Amino acid sequence: MGRYFLRRLLQGIVVVFGVTVLVFVVTRLVGDPVKVMLPLEATAEQRAEFERQLGLDRPIAVQFVDFMGGLTRLDFGDSLWQRRPAMTIVFEKLPLTLQLAFLGVGLALILSIPLGILAALRPGGVADRSTVFLSLIGLSVPQFWLGLLLIVVLAVRLQWLPTSGIGTPAHLLLPVVTMALPALARLVMIVRSSMIDELNQQYVKTCFAKGLSFRRVVGVHALRNAALPVVTLCGWELIRAVAGYSVVVETVFAWPGLGLTAIQALERDDLILLQAIVFIVAILVVVINILMDLVYKAIDPRLELA
Amino acid sequence: MKTAAASPEPRPRRFTSLQGLCGELWRDKAGFLGVAMMAALLFMAAAAPLLAPHPPAAQDLRARLVPPAWEEGGSRKHLLGTDHLGRDVLSRVIYGARVSLAVGAAVVLLAGSFGVVLGLLAGYRGGRTDSLIMRWIDTQVAFPGLLIALIILAVIGPSMLTVILVLAFNGWMVYGRMTRGLVLSVRQTAYVEAAEMVGCSAARVLFRHILPNLTSPLLTLAILEFARIVLAEAALSFLGMGIQPPATSWGLDVAAGKNYMFRAWWLVTFPGIAISVTVLAINLVASWLRLISDPQEREKQFARQMRALSARKRPEAATP
Repeated sequence: MGRYFLRRLLQGIVVVFGVTVLVFVVTRLVGDPVKVMLPLEATAEQRAEFERQLGLDRPIAVQFVDFMGGLTRLDFGDSLWQRRPAMTIVFEKLPLTLQLAFLGVGLALILSIPLGILAALRPGGVADRSTVFLSLIGLSVPQFWLGLLLIVVLAVRLQWLPTSGIGTPAHLLLPVVTMALPALARLVMIVRSSMIDELNQQYVKTCFAKGLSFRRVVGVHALRNAALPVVTLCGWELIRAVAGYSVVVETVFAWPGLGLTAIQALERDDLILLQAIVFIVAILVVVINILMDLVYKAIDPRLELA
Repeated sequence: MKTAAASPEPRPRRFTSLQGLCGELWRDKAGFLGVAMMAALLFMAAAAPLLAPHPPAAQDLRARLVPPAWEEGGSRKHLLGTDHLGRDVLSRVIYGARVSLAVGAAVVLLAGSFGVVLGLLAGYRGGRTDSLIMRWIDTQVAFPGLLIALIILAVIGPSMLTVILVLAFNGWMVYGRMTRGLVLSVRQTAYVEAAEMVGCSAARVLFRHILPNLTSPLLTLAILEFARIVLAEAALSFLGMGIQPPATSWGLDVAAGKNYMFRAWWLVTFPGIAISVTVLAINLVASWLRLISDPQEREKQFARQMRALSARKRPEAATP
């Protein structure tokens, strides 16, 4: 167990290091940060001054060492847009993104289990075919568009829910539903196929033969065995939600989390804040991966973590 | 040399003929629907200049925000209405297919060939090459792809070419992983060993002997990825970091229509439907392809057909 953790931790460090180096290379070598961050009409003196301020006039190797040194102290420097430490902003926004991601994937999981089981009970039946078709549609609808449609219909036409922002539980509903949909579509598919496999196993017949109730056989024995692929996918969905979907959903609903902040930083050419956001999200992805392995081990003690 | 390496027994063929394939397609209604929709979309993209009633970027400032023809105030000149600059929505939707499909195809080709070559190398060479490539893949898979794509695009400037490059950079790993797994599973088979024994070079073994046998799973993966890429391009364009005006893209049109969403519902609705229909069509084709190319699934289907056939025959036999 200890060795396993050491290995995963090392892998995680490699990932975070890789992301950071990539972002560093892209922003310093491929692009010219000064050109990106200053307006077009800036004079040569202004550029030089700005370069000096950010330390960009030093050799690239020195800059890299300095950048990495800052990383170990979680210090990326001040955001150019908000004029305060980038990390402070990131830690302010992080809880909102996590809330959205966890609620979204949680909702998807809760809905997917009964739906997937319903479909798996009679493969090829009406319930099965409509579930599969609906999930295909769910996978095909772009998330940002779904969000906009929900806003137009539920918030503007019917005025049941607020269009955007945060505050009350009602503000949560639309973003969470939008976040949940693609995850729900994929989870239903995996619950379904996993349950179909399990229900065809011999032990299910044994359970029925010894007189267990239908509910117990399907809901406890089969479901438990079918859980492993579902947990894997849940982990992936969480990662997708944090690292990708949050940007889109938060933009649509003006949800002030990391994703919206990333887009705002992008619009203001605040590469420092962006670097901090990417760094934190990379760490989150690594942490979720490790947590998923632990959940695995809890579900199936036979698994050797290696 | 060649004849010695050729397999002595006839190879079992997947499809008896093209006709057989079409028959199978017709029987699977969802797959048929997908292929038909895909064909229609391809035609729409190819024949866009003939089909579109107006040039996609032609502005008509006197006819701004005209609703679709069936709504009050709509005109037959603009079937799906016009946007805030008086551009014809229908024409833009038709031209948008070009961008989506072109970006999707380019990314799949680029990412696919890179991933497949690396996967072939990793699986065939094994040892240090394998562990190096796999570690690279494992590391890059854990990257926050969308954020990195946004940063790269912001720095080097968003355009169709850069969008293709960035999406390919983010998406080649699946192909690598899958190809490696497949290569490992055929690595020890007789035909590969025979090819090695007669002295084929590594490249020849990989590309002439192994790769053709991986076609069907890789093709299914490529089509699934195609669907994902169409959505990704739309999302990037929606966020303002994808295709740039004056070019047209469905994602871009949804983003532009967002500002007029409350007055002009059609601006957001139609490009969104176009994206959804495209992705749905690709997904339907992919799931059909998976069904017909997976031997296990084929067996199940065959059993089902035989059951249906015997059920039909029995009453006939009873009548005379």
